[in-house]
Amino acid sequence: MVKRRDFIRSSVLASAASLIGFKIAHAAKMPYGYVPVLSQQDIPFSKHQDMVVLNDRPWNIEAMAHLLDDRVTPENKMFVRNNGIIPKNMDVNTWELLIDGESALAQKKYRLDDLQSKFKSYTYQLTLECGGNGRSEFNPPAKGNQWTVGAVSCAEWTGVRLKDVLNDVGIKDSAIYVGYYGSDTHLSGDSSKDAISRGIPLSKAMMEETLLAYKMNGEDIPLAHGFPVRLVAGGWPASASGKWINRLSIRNKIHDGEKMGGSSYRIPCESVAPGTEVNDGDMCIIESMPVKSLITYPKSGALVRRNQKFEVRGHAWAGEKEVRTVDYSVDFGATWQACTLEKPKNRLAWQHWKTTVSLSKTGYYELWVRATDDQGMMQPMVVPGWNPKGYLNNACHRIAIKSV
Amino acid sequence: MNKPIFNLLNILIRLTSITLLSILFLGAFTLYLAKFYEPKRIEPEVANSSLKQQTEVTEHDFIIDEGYELVVANCTNCHSAKLVTQNRATAEGWKNTIVWMQETQNLWDLGEYEDKIVAYLARNYAPTQQGRRKNLERVEWYNLEPEQ
Repeated sequence: MVKRRDFIRSSVLASAASLIGFKIAHAAKMPYGYVPVLSQQDIPFSKHQDMVVLNDRPWNIEAMAHLLDDRVTPENKMFVRNNGIIPKNMDVNTWELLIDGESALAQKKYRLDDLQSKFKSYTYQLTLECGGNGRSEFNPPAKGNQWTVGAVSCAEWTGVRLKDVLNDVGIKDSAIYVGYYGSDTHLSGDSSKDAISRGIPLSKAMMEETLLAYKMNGEDIPLAHGFPVRLVAGGWPASASGKWINRLSIRNKIHDGEKMGGSSYRIPCESVAPGTEVNDGDMCIIESMPVKSLITYPKSGALVRRNQKFEVRGHAWAGEKEVRTVDYSVDFGATWQACTLEKPKNRLAWQHWKTTVSLSKTGYYELWVRATDDQGMMQPMVVPGWNPKGYLNNACHRIAIKSV
Repeated sequence: MNKPIFNLLNILIRLTSITLLSILFLGAFTLYLAKFYEPKRIEPEVANSSLKQQTEVTEHDFIIDEGYELVVANCTNCHSAKLVTQNRATAEGWKNTIVWMQETQNLWDLGEYEDKIVAYLARNYAPTQQGRRKNLERVEWYNLEPEQ
């Protein structure tokens, strides 16, 4: 399945690559004494060699900030987040989507060509960020994949509006939530368990940009990203955008599928001191993601000459909202200067910002960037409120620069 | 007792003994030769033994320390070792994670091994105080050339 000359920094993958006759990238980084073990023979994606594998069963892979420099995220630089095992043998000819639920007026099934012929298609660039992006910075540590900054993407998604399909089925007045089910399987192999089955409130489901997508960047959705059809609910924790979906339930209550309860994708309704144990009943579901930004150029570690002008750029996004300003600081937040900020291509797309910087003195610098949304909410410079699973870290991104 | 059969048995036993002895001798000789020609293994010199312990990993990525076999055997059936080794927690935190996996993820009863597994994890994958924001670490410096 590895189709390009792109390789992932993972000894597991490197060994897999050697078995199937590819060059081993970063073999020198394999730890001493490492005996390759193949946990999954098929590697159903091709990723840039600098992508970081956090976990290989289930597959969880993140980008580094400088890899996200493209205005539209290509497949090979898009993070991979899985709760379960990526399904095999997804066949578009046998794929069907069942729509049911207490609040559905009827039960209906759609094949992909039904969706494509019956409903108008739309294309939007949509930001998808893992709720746990930035988890590695929480103290005390939160369990789970230790994402740093790279669990975010903004690809172009094409599909039909979820609202058009739901309206075609018919929605009862009692409807408040839409839950999804997918074809990924539970890690334990227990077929009675869902790996993940989350969803979105009806209000989000009825938004124009909420898609049942069948194309990503103009091509079939890659298997690792939800082939043949996935939900895309931009601006919300990416777990709300179910992959490989085969069933949607229009619910008369908050969907109660796997990872909708407990501490999963939920934070304390009231802020708590770091390390506090929080009862399930005091946790609230994360909806829109907070304002955030990323420096995608230059890569951290740039050595520049004194007074050399260099461009600095990146993206900023704010969940359901729009970013109003982006500022940068080279003095640890003592002073801030405005960057140039573009409007989003469409609602829920990240916005590109840039500026030109020069440093008049030699020395060690950190370049910090801070976005502010259209309601005045700003990224904090320190890690924001602690929560048991380490979600929503939108602290300012920074890179190291030396003026020499 | 039938004499010819007794003789036949006697011959069989003798033949078997000779064969076995020959195999033993040949085996020992082969081992001796193998040892003689074995290339010398060079162990990497690590001055600091605790550093060695940190860098020495098993085929499953775990730090080699008392109890790691139990961790490999019980924790890598469903998920990768990486899900464990990238996390940090106290003994209480690891214990809670085990209970959560037992309640929701089909993890079995670890019985007498549980204490050893928790102790291994708490010893080798303990949290460190990192404050509200860490220094930028592992910066790889490079000359920033003008873009094309």
